[in-house]
Amino acid sequence: MLAAIGVMALLAVAIGLVLGWSAIRFKVEGNPLAEKIDAILPQTQCGQCGFPGCRPYAEAIAKGEADINQCPPGGEEGVKKLAELLGVEPKPLDEAHGTPKPKSVAFIDEQTCIGCTLCIQACPVDAISGAAKQMHTIIAAECTGCELCLPPCPVDCISMVPIAEDLPHWKWKHPVVMMKRVA
Amino acid sequence: MSRELFKFKGGVHPPEHKTESTSRPIHAAPLPKKLVIPLRQHIGNPAKPVVEIGERVLKGQMIAAADGYISTAIHASSSGTVVAIDLQPVPHISGLPDLCITIETDGRDEWVAHAPLDYQAMEPSQLRMQLRDLGLAGLGGAVFPSAVKLDPGASRDCPTLIINGGECEPWITCDDMLMRHHADEILQGVAIMRHLLGSTDILVGIEDNKPEALDSMRSAAAKLDFAVEVVAVPARYPGGGAKQMIETLTGKQVPSGKLSTDIGIQVFNVGTSYALARAIHHGEPLISRLVTVTGHVLRPQNFEVLIGTPMHTLITLAGDRDGTTGVLMGGPMMGVPMPDLDVPVVKATNCILVKSKELFPPLPKALPCIRCTRCADACPAELQPQELFRFAKAGDFGRAQEYHLFDCIECGCCSYVCPSHIPLVDFYRYAKSEIWAREKDKRAADLARERHEFRQFRQEREKKEKAEKLAAKAQTKRAELAAVPAAEGAAVSDADAKKALIAAALARAQAKKSDAAPKNVDQLTPVQLHQIEEIEARRTKIRELARKPLEPEEKNP
Ligand code: SF4
Ligand code: SF4
Repeated sequence: MLAAIGVMALLAVAIGLVLGWSAIRFKVEGNPLAEKIDAILPQTQCGQCGFPGCRPYAEAIAKGEADINQCPPGGEEGVKKLAELLGVEPKPLDEAHGTPKPKSVAFIDEQTCIGCTLCIQACPVDAISGAAKQMHTIIAAECTGCELCLPPCPVDCISMVPIAEDLPHWKWKHPVVMMKRVA
Repeated sequence: MSRELFKFKGGVHPPEHKTESTSRPIHAAPLPKKLVIPLRQHIGNPAKPVVEIGERVLKGQMIAAADGYISTAIHASSSGTVVAIDLQPVPHISGLPDLCITIETDGRDEWVAHAPLDYQAMEPSQLRMQLRDLGLAGLGGAVFPSAVKLDPGASRDCPTLIINGGECEPWITCDDMLMRHHADEILQGVAIMRHLLGSTDILVGIEDNKPEALDSMRSAAAKLDFAVEVVAVPARYPGGGAKQMIETLTGKQVPSGKLSTDIGIQVFNVGTSYALARAIHHGEPLISRLVTVTGHVLRPQNFEVLIGTPMHTLITLAGDRDGTTGVLMGGPMMGVPMPDLDVPVVKATNCILVKSKELFPPLPKALPCIRCTRCADACPAELQPQELFRFAKAGDFGRAQEYHLFDCIECGCCSYVCPSHIPLVDFYRYAKSEIWAREKDKRAADLARERHEFRQFRQEREKKEKAEKLAAKAQTKRAELAAVPAAEGAAVSDADAKKALIAAALARAQAKKSDAAPKNVDQLTPVQLHQIEEIEARRTKIRELARKPLEPEEKNP
C-alpha cells in the first residue's frame, strides 16, 4: 500500500517536472491563431479595417472582436481564406471599410515636394526615402499602396499610380471565354 | 548498335507534316532593314543594354550584357546603328511589348573582331563565362542559359549526356535539316559539352521518321575519336521532350520536382550543340538560328535567320497566301499564337506556322468533361489531367499542386485527345501563373510585415533614446546649479534645485523678450511713438504684476 502510494507520488512528480519543463521549453510565442490570420492578411498596413495595422486586426479577429470582412486590399479572396481558417461562412466585404482597388504604388511629384518629411513619418513600411528640405522618393518595390502618405502631404504632391501590366507581371487569364458552355 | 529502348507512358500520334518543309534546301534569309532585338529572350534575368542610341555597332558585338548567373548576353545580328532602346512588340501571347534594342542595318554586315577559343586550355568556369557572354541559350524551346546547364556543380557529375534530335512536334523540321547538313559541327559541340561535363556515356536520340538525319549523324559520329551512340527512337509525340527522351534511352524517370542532373543526366538540343560549336570554333555569338516557315505558305522551308528579323518578312519569303487564319510560333501542339507579325524572330523561334481554315479547322465548342480519362491515358507525365482541370477551373490551386500540376510539360496531348475539346493546357497555364503570382504576393507581404515590424521597433527605440537623452540633460543641469550654492556652503535640496532651474529659465526668457526691440519705428510720428511708449509701459507694469500677484497695494496704482 505504502509502496504503491510512493510509486504514484514519484510518478506524479516526474510527470509534473516533464510537463513543467516542456511548458517552458516548447512555449509558443504570442497567439498562434492571430499569427495564422496575420499570415493571410496582405500586410498593406493601411488601417482601412479600423485597426492600426494588419497585426492588430489579426489579433482582434482572433479574439472575436472584429469581423473577417473588413480588409479591402485582401479582397473577397482574403475573406474566403479567413473563413476557411476559422471555419465560418465567408461573407461579402463590408463596404463601410472601403472597396478593393487595383494594386497601386505611391508616386511623389518631385517638382512640387517641399521636403517636409511628413509622408516619411506616415509610411508604415519605411518605403519613402529622403531628408528634411530634400525631395522625397518612393521605393516602389516596398510600397504597399496603403495611401497613408496622401493626407499628411501639405502640397498634395503624392498620387497613387496603378501598377501597369507588363511582361514579367503578366498572368494567363482564366480560359472562361472558351468555356462559357461548360457548367 | 542495338540498344534496349524503353517506352514512356502516354503520348499521341498527330499527323507529322514534316515533308512539306524538308524538300527545299536551307536558305539564308536576307538582311532586313531593321532588326528588333528583345533583351528578354532567355529564362532568367533580361540582359542589360551596354550600347547607346546613335551608337554604331558591328555584327556580333555585345549590345546587352548578362545580368546575374541565370542570364545571357545579347548581340547585334548585323552591323548598323542603334536607333532605339524601348518597348517593342515581342513574340509573346499576351501581346505586351518588352524592352528591345532596334538596329538600323547598314547592309555591310561587318563583323566585330572575333576568334576561336582554345577551350581545352581554359578554366571551365572561365569558359562558361565566355559562353554566357556569347549569348548561348537552349534552342530546343526552353531557352535556358547554356552556361548554367554546362556547370556540373561541385559534387555532381554528369555521366550521361543526351543530345536531343527528337523533334517530335508536327510541322517543325529545323533540327532535322540541321542534322542533315551540319552533323559534323553538331558533334564538335558535343565534344565541348563532354569536356565541360565529364560525361562518359553520350547518346544522340533521333526519331525514326528522320532517316536522312540518322544517316548523316551516324557517319559523322563514326569519324569521332570518342564514342557517340546515335539511337533511332520510335516516333511518338512528345518523344522529343527532355524527360521522355531520357526515359526512352535510359529507362530512368526524373523524379517529380527534380532535375535530370539529379540522376546524372544532362540533355541538350542539337541546335544548341551547333551554336556551341560556332561559338567556340569561330568565336561567333548566337545571332542567328534555323527557323521552319511552314503551313499555309507557298514554299514551306527552313531559313537561316538573324535574330531580330521581323516574322512577316519570312512569311513573305516563303510566299504568303490568302486565307491565313493566324500564325503560331512553334508547332501545333505547344506553339503560341502571335498577336502581331511585326514581332521579331528570337532565340526560341524554331518554327513559324501559318494557319488556314483547311489545315487547322477551328475547334468545336468545348463541352463538359465526361470523365472518360482519355486525357490521363495520353498524358506522358502520368498525371490526371481531368482532375487538374477540375481544380484549376475552380481556382483550387492547392489541390492542383497536390496533383503535381508542376510536372505538366504542357505538351497538349490531353487537349488533343479530349472528346469534349476542352482547352486543358490553357487551364494548367492559367493555374501555374496564378500560383506564381500568389507566391510573389506572399513574398511582398512578408517583406512589408518585416519592414513594418522593424519600423515599430525603431520608433520604440527612438522614443526611449530621446527620453534617456532628456533625463541625462536634466541631470547635468541640476548638477551644475547645485554646484553654485554648494560653494557658498549651503545644502540644497532637490526641490530647491528645481526651483532654481525654473527661475533661470524664466530669466532667460525674460532677457530674450526685452531683447526683442520694437521694429519698424524709424518713420513714425511723435504721437505714434508716444503711444508705443505708453503701451510698453503698460506691458512692463502687467509683467511686474504677474510676478507679484499677491501684493494687494499694487493692484490699484
Ligand atoms: S479527355 Fe476530356 S472529357 Fe475525357 S476525362 Fe479528360 S478532360 Fe474529361
Ligand atoms: S499537357 Fe500536361 S496534363 Fe496534358 S498531357 Fe501534357 S503533361 Fe499531361
